[in-house]
Amino acid sequence: MIWAAIIATGVGCYLLKLAGLSVPPRVLERPLVERVADYIPVALLAALIAVQVFSDGHSLSLDARALGLGVAVVLLLLRAPFLVVVFGAALAAALFRLL
Amino acid sequence: MTDTPLDPRERSAIIRDSLGVGVATGAYGVGFGAVSVASGLSVAQTCALSFLVFTGASQFALVGVIAAGGAPVSGALTAMLLGTRNTLYGLRLAPLLAWRGWRRVLGAHVLIDESTAMSVTRESTAAARLGFLTTGVSIFVLWNLATLAGAVAGNAIGDPRTYGLDAAVGAAFLALLWPRLKGRRNQLIAAAAAAVALGTVPLVPAGVPVLAAAGVALLAGILTTGEPQEGDP
Repeated sequence: MIWAAIIATGVGCYLLKLAGLSVPPRVLERPLVERVADYIPVALLAALIAVQVFSDGHSLSLDARALGLGVAVVLLLLRAPFLVVVFGAALAAALFRLL
Repeated sequence: MTDTPLDPRERSAIIRDSLGVGVATGAYGVGFGAVSVASGLSVAQTCALSFLVFTGASQFALVGVIAAGGAPVSGALTAMLLGTRNTLYGLRLAPLLAWRGWRRVLGAHVLIDESTAMSVTRESTAAARLGFLTTGVSIFVLWNLATLAGAVAGNAIGDPRTYGLDAAVGAAFLALLWPRLKGRRNQLIAAAAAAVALGTVPLVPAGVPVLAAAGVALLAGILTTGEPQEGDP
């Protein structure tokens, strides 16, 4: 199933890219379409963060991952590069679990 | 828009800037590789994602949904929804790149945030193509190599929770979201989407809460007017 999802995502994402270069602009260039397309990454990424950090299966949870997210916020405010943010959050969660 | 050849100085400036972006972005692949195997995908599946999907946020989304116990189909749908922004980039770039036939078919694969950012402001087709291809191809090569390195390393270290790699997933999403959180409207959308996702976690199958949050984007698009706010590439 995971392989099927990978291949479907690959084909789907490629076709979305090709469509942009191929479809006449007037088909998609409408204010509503542009707004929704701009909001989708914001909404999905925020939802992914929430689910990834504050849930465990079907229940809400608060654990070392929340501390990792807090550290990520601080690192982003300090304008740290992507990899520092990602592995800094991991390090914080790992150290917290050692305590 | 002109078709005159680039002068050598402009040419080398575009190549230098594009390679800089390419190296910096390609290195993220280490993070993706490590996070993906921590989420339960194999090294081969992780590398296939970087090769075939090649758009970072969608790749992280697919493995993130699977890590949360969601069905692969929910992960694929989330990933494709995130991939829709590349369609809009393509619309903006199409007249500038002016590619037809096989060049368009090949070029489309490296149509991502960074290749768009490095070409959409150019004044000639030659400059846009050079920025687009140098950025896109250098990221493609480095992203795939870095993914392999991250996946192999992630696989070798054992239980990812010991190293906090489960916390790295949320941090990666936040780093991707961060530049989009400048405007008040986007901040409200993000907060509402997170609330919808967490509110539906106990009620629906894993993976669906994230898709439900896409409804917030649709609703916000209908309720607001005018051009989207700045803060996007």
